[in-house]
Amino acid sequence: MKNTRQIVIPGEEIVSGNEFLPGEGAYRDGEAVVAERFGIANISEKHVRVVPVSGAYYPRRGNTIIGTIVDITFNGWLIDFGGAQNAFLPVSEVPRYINRNELRDFLDFGETVIVKVWDVKSRGTDASMKMRGFGKIEGGLILNVGPNKVPRIIGKEGSMVKMIKGATGCSITVGQNGKVWIKGTIEGELATKKIIEFIVENATIAGLTEKVEKFITGLGMKIEEVEAIAEDTDVEEENTEGDKE
Amino acid sequence: MAGDKGIYTKRDDGRKFDEIREMSAEVGIVDSADGSASFNTGHTKAIAVVRGPRTLHPQHMQNPRKGILRVSYGMMPFSVTDRIRPGPNRRSEEISKVTEWALNSVVDLSEYPNTVVDVFIQIPQADAGTRVAGINAAAIALAHAGIPMKEMVSAIGVGKIDKTLVVDLDKYEDSDFHDAEGSTDIPVAITSRTKNISLLQLDGKISVPEFKECVKNAKVACEEILKVQMQALKNIDGGNN
Repeated sequence: MKNTRQIVIPGEEIVSGNEFLPGEGAYRDGEAVVAERFGIANISEKHVRVVPVSGAYYPRRGNTIIGTIVDITFNGWLIDFGGAQNAFLPVSEVPRYINRNELRDFLDFGETVIVKVWDVKSRGTDASMKMRGFGKIEGGLILNVGPNKVPRIIGKEGSMVKMIKGATGCSITVGQNGKVWIKGTIEGELATKKIIEFIVENATIAGLTEKVEKFITGLGMKIEEVEAIAEDTDVEEENTEGDKE
Repeated sequence: MAGDKGIYTKRDDGRKFDEIREMSAEVGIVDSADGSASFNTGHTKAIAVVRGPRTLHPQHMQNPRKGILRVSYGMMPFSVTDRIRPGPNRRSEEISKVTEWALNSVVDLSEYPNTVVDVFIQIPQADAGTRVAGINAAAIALAHAGIPMKEMVSAIGVGKIDKTLVVDLDKYEDSDFHDAEGSTDIPVAITSRTKNISLLQLDGKISVPEFKECVKNAKVACEEILKVQMQALKNIDGGNN
């Protein structure tokens, strides 16, 4: 049998056999299961799917996204997060009661929010703000890193983010749509920005964690000991933050 | 000398009649795009950039059933010896349209209603075969952008110089050869899995048996091109945008 993780191109046969089930990014053609997009083919049990490694951001249920309010309707807000369509945040999905005539008082045009993707349909994305850690962004700075670098910034089980948080004392929120919100002291924010830019530039090299550690100590900061970090692999990790299905 | 074989007994650049020019492709050449690629054959160079899916404006063009594909092809002013006036012209509009049709048969945008996927093809250097180079680059760029596609597309120009069937015509063979029966060129695009023809044009004169032979030659050449496209995509380093 073929390697369970391989890069495939559209139209390429991944596996052959009626026992395999084509999932996301794959389709059946006779006996064969064929890739429908470019990415890494992932065969677990008999389930075959293709995880994209490049391209635009497609929201998935449970993702954390950072976006801007672009429109206010009679029962909610529209959020531009860099996807194909804007996400809708209904007034019922915010943590406190809001009078329908006073939507602007809670979230106004141009304000930036962290929300959770609640549902994805082909007609659009629904968002929610009802859990801890979500809400309007005030202060700090936002970096745009692109959706494909996000797994690298988060690291295995959040190890990379934890390390940066520990070193700079900033709070960091990574949106799966490729935006990162940093808040802390001015020095801390600037240092975090430098570290994240370093990760983005070196996202493809092996042993990234050690390189980042060195970079952080080079900036004159200390690494706080976090639990043992597994060796980085060349393949993209699954998105960790809030991506439990 | 002009027996049954005609006067074109040797190719101008020393290639065999069924030999394609040296090809190369690169993925991810434009950072700001969702997907991008370049494709070179001999002296012909094509760059393709993909943006989207994104909301389509003006709104009346939106299709609530599926996303639409929009292709724009253009030659850069310095791409040939005489300067080309920049901007759309009859030829570039035609090529944009046929490229769009060629690619539309493989991309599947039913998951993205009311959106558009833009493909921009630019030719920085031309030595015939620019539309097929553009299609080859665009197919790689669409895959790189993560657009759902049933399969890839590869394209090649085939044809006839005087009485000789040739593959991958260059500028001299395509437009400067006027002796005897002259030259005929046939751009062909073939899909990678089902081997369907998604583009076929013809400029010149050719008999039916010769035409069938040409399409056969194109199918062989497209296998080679597919390998180059596949190589370029598989060599991408991890999460490179």
